[in-house]
Amino acid sequence: MDSPQSSSLPIFRVSSLNFWYGPKQALFDVDVTIRRNQSTALIGPSGCGKSTLLRCLNRMNDLIERTRVSGLIALHGQDVYAPEVDVIELRKRVGMVFQKSNPFPKSIFDNVAYGLRIQRVGKADLSDRIEASLRKAALWDEVKDRLDDSAMALSGGQQQRLCIARAIAVEPEVLLMDEPCSALDPVATAKIEELIQDLKKDYTIVIVTHNMQQAARVSDYTAFFYLGRLVEFDATTKVFTNPANQQTEDYVTGRFG
Amino acid sequence: MELHFDQELTQLKDELLRMSAQAEQNVAGALKALVARDPALAHKVDADDSQLDHLQMEIDERSIQLIALRQPKARDLRFIIVTMKIASELERIGDQAVNIAHRAEELSGEPLLKPLLDIPQMADLARGMIHDALDAFVYAKPDAARAVIQRDERVDSLNRQVQRELTSFMIEDPRTITRALGLINVARHLERVADHATNIAEEVVYLYEGRDIRHQTG
Repeated sequence: MDSPQSSSLPIFRVSSLNFWYGPKQALFDVDVTIRRNQSTALIGPSGCGKSTLLRCLNRMNDLIERTRVSGLIALHGQDVYAPEVDVIELRKRVGMVFQKSNPFPKSIFDNVAYGLRIQRVGKADLSDRIEASLRKAALWDEVKDRLDDSAMALSGGQQQRLCIARAIAVEPEVLLMDEPCSALDPVATAKIEELIQDLKKDYTIVIVTHNMQQAARVSDYTAFFYLGRLVEFDATTKVFTNPANQQTEDYVTGRFG
Repeated sequence: MELHFDQELTQLKDELLRMSAQAEQNVAGALKALVARDPALAHKVDADDSQLDHLQMEIDERSIQLIALRQPKARDLRFIIVTMKIASELERIGDQAVNIAHRAEELSGEPLLKPLLDIPQMADLARGMIHDALDAFVYAKPDAARAVIQRDERVDSLNRQVQRELTSFMIEDPRTITRALGLINVARHLERVADHATNIAEEVVYLYEGRDIRHQTG
């Protein structure tokens, strides 16, 4: 399925992607284009393959045994599954935020500093980079006076924003988000959703969500998956007002899935 | 399994159908009052208009609640928005029926200017358009809605014919001016009724095809 009309540049081009967990095929012949500074939502019922696709984009699925992939995922034209690709470097460019916030049992400062220290960012720059990341993650004002406190003492919503700050500290191009709000209350969810819209200015976002309202609110493009296939991919406004496919219609109106 | 939401949408649709039946009936009543020179009937049409107003307010309230509580999407969203817009057209059709009833009341005190031929025909056409547009809505037939839109031209042409004929009456005999103007206004109101029916049909096409066909030339 070709990408919807857009003037912004493609970052990821996925073509004829198939994916297997052992003998079970999870993705069938998926074609999708992810564009720069846009947010793309992947929606569909459980088991439809949306998280599998998300995790293919930075090869998180490599960590699962007996998986197999065919087809092409090109990041700026380069095959991310090519043997010469440095997976650590790939995951630096394509960061990820998970369903359950997973701060390290360290201070707030050290959490955000973690990736920067691996990158050998000098002490002089470290504080500035950390402040900038926490500001972008809309967390700075809440934590600036207690950067040495344990991250575990933060609320769930704050922890999730800390994880976003940690992910963006290493300046990725793309942020993958796998159900980033599913463990949060509505107020914390609203903050993350606001943040997603702000982050689009600097990053490209791909978000998996079960919450269709959320997909409608935060994404520019929506891809609907069912049984491992991409059923419809279009501008979010189109998908939620006048989808082309009956299955998409049934899903977004809550009559199926 | 039918969702509760589907039942709520059905209730909304039923309310719109009650409103359209009332609107059609008011147009028919106004015309009958004109033809039969029956001021009591004209008065009844005027009084019945408040039912249309209430139905419209109920439909709006119900629709706003559904939007707020159910966050409808895709076809459901279009259905609710279109229902509100159709209700607004029907309310205006009711207002035109009241206008016609007022002319009927005035004209009932005057001698008959001429036998009424074109005006009842316009009324039948306009009512048929309302009816068929609502049928297209109920039975999900956008093509039938498109056919309704085509019929508007016939009403427009009858309206021009009535205007020409009555203008010639006024030129020949100025004593007919009050009555001729009354009838010209009736024809104009009926032409507006047909326009509202056309608008309804356009909304039906949008509902089922997701395509906005308003304001297209040619």
